[in-house]
Amino acid sequence: MSTPVIELAGLTKAYNLGTPVETEVLHGIDLSLAEGEFAALIGPSGSGKSTLLNIIGLLERPTGGRLSIGGRDTASLSEAEITQLRGRSIGFVFQFHHLLPAFTALENVMMPTIIARGRADDEAEATALELLDAVGLKAHALKKPAALSGGQQQRVAIARALALRPRLILADEPTGNLDTHTADDIFALLREFNRQSNCACLIVTHDPRLAARCDRIVRLVDGHIADDSPASV
Amino acid sequence: MKFRLPFAPLVALRFLREGRMQTLLILAGTTGGVAVIVFLTQLITQLQAQIVDRVLGSQAHVVIRPAEEINRRAIDDAGFASIVEPRAQRLRSIDQWENIARLAADMPGVTAVSPVVTGPAFAVRGQASKSVALMGVDAERYRRIVRMEEYMVAGRFAVDGTRAVIGSELAKDLGIRMDDKLRVALPNGRDELLQVGGIFDIGNKDLNRRWIFVTLPLAQSLLDLPGGVSNLDLTVADIFEAQPVADRLRGATSLTVESWMQTNAQLLAALRNQSVSNNLIRSFVVIIVALGIASVLVVSVVQKQKEIGILRAMGASRSMILQVFLIQGAVVGAVGSVLGSVLAFTLLNVFSAIYRNADGQPLFAAELEPRFIAMAAVVATAVGLLSALIPARRAARMDPVQAIRS
Repeated sequence: MSTPVIELAGLTKAYNLGTPVETEVLHGIDLSLAEGEFAALIGPSGSGKSTLLNIIGLLERPTGGRLSIGGRDTASLSEAEITQLRGRSIGFVFQFHHLLPAFTALENVMMPTIIARGRADDEAEATALELLDAVGLKAHALKKPAALSGGQQQRVAIARALALRPRLILADEPTGNLDTHTADDIFALLREFNRQSNCACLIVTHDPRLAARCDRIVRLVDGHIADDSPASV
Repeated sequence: MKFRLPFAPLVALRFLREGRMQTLLILAGTTGGVAVIVFLTQLITQLQAQIVDRVLGSQAHVVIRPAEEINRRAIDDAGFASIVEPRAQRLRSIDQWENIARLAADMPGVTAVSPVVTGPAFAVRGQASKSVALMGVDAERYRRIVRMEEYMVAGRFAVDGTRAVIGSELAKDLGIRMDDKLRVALPNGRDELLQVGGIFDIGNKDLNRRWIFVTLPLAQSLLDLPGGVSNLDLTVADIFEAQPVADRLRGATSLTVESWMQTNAQLLAALRNQSVSNNLIRSFVVIIVALGIASVLVVSVVQKQKEIGILRAMGASRSMILQVFLIQGAVVGAVGSVLGSVLAFTLLNVFSAIYRNADGQPLFAAELEPRFIAMAAVVATAVGLLSALIPARRAARMDPVQAIRS
């Protein structure tokens, strides 16, 4: 097996450290995700799924334990290095698409490249158009998010997450506010890109039906991994 | 290849365009502020220049006179102490005036020197007599002190033999026309018959009534100052350098040297006070504009919280977010300075058409100096940048997780 894309060892997260209301929400998480793996992260509300996803996505720092991304320990990285690593190796798909309303679909997809390279270029535009084509939205490239349906917006968000060919895709209930049919489409898209580009995917979902279609299901209960097993086929 | 903006200006401009109403409001505020500052500065600069110009239209910038005569009375034989008493000043010549004139002409900053002999006289015609000031000048040289040729209403500004140039009020008072004869009588008993070769209107009735220009030799002989001059009139290149030039000349000659700035000390004080109040107004306008830009941007940062979080999640660094908001401030300042300058130009045109001098001429010209537009652009852009600093830092410090969740 190749190097894991992410590796967590004894990872903890506590809020309000050193105050009487200190609360630990993650208690020693050990988890690793290999290249090309497609895993679901499930668990009841308040189990720490979103916190775990934010920490893996380098949006928050863990309180204790180790987090490596692509074999690189993140504890010693500076704020600027963390930001750069996040931009180049991680693609986010949020529950509420979180597109930039002031920019067209095409510009939204180009944005990670613009940030990484300082400005857009022809190649970035070509890649973004390809991605929009792949999610079936080439015709809507010049529309602003407000002019797109919920499913279309989420497709744009997926295209954006893939713009820099990240090694890891993190999706926080990507189908949470979509109808079943659209949700299936979106899920299928993620799966397809996962197979094509061999990136690792970690998908937080409430939908057991979708979780069952992943390679692996990680169940989080009260800040512990209660269960980590291949999805039953 | 298409022109593509770098990240920070791209996002900054898009944010400004998206928040249309807010952007219009701060732009309007900045435009108004810039317009007030540019308009006021241009107006006051012009009016002050005009006032100074008018005052100096009939005055030398620097005048050299003989040192004042004083009485010293010793009160003891050893002469340890003396009482200095004022005394009546008689008309005297400047000692060695040719040397002093040459010295003055060689002084840096001095552009013209003209010897003048001036003393009291009466202009007599028939039964009428008027008290006048006899001015013996070299017309060529005096023209470079007071631009007499611009004031001539009849004839030319030239004197020779007994041809004289008189003012329009004196001509009216004595019923004199061009080429008429006129007698001048002096306190010492001398008199001379002059022929009027030119009539001037210098814009000051008092001077129009008093000045009679004759040749230098004629005035010298009439005033009993053969070969002498009573004062040297100087023109300097930079009128506000007149005082230092006068000080240097006084040091070098120990004569009485006065600059127009001393002669018109009150006027200068008034101009200075006007500049101080102008600066005060400008400072307040700058502060108000800065507060306006800052407060609108603070609101914008709160509104754009989610977008900031998204950009951060996609790898945008804190300094990139900082730049996005700084640029918004700078753009508002820069665009405001352009619009404000246009508005100021319009105001200048409108007011220049409304307000006119006694003679019907516009009080000021409807023109805008490029240096004031440049000043406005630099100041407004800097103020925009500075006022964006607090909101921008707040945006940069925002926690992406919080921002996205909200």
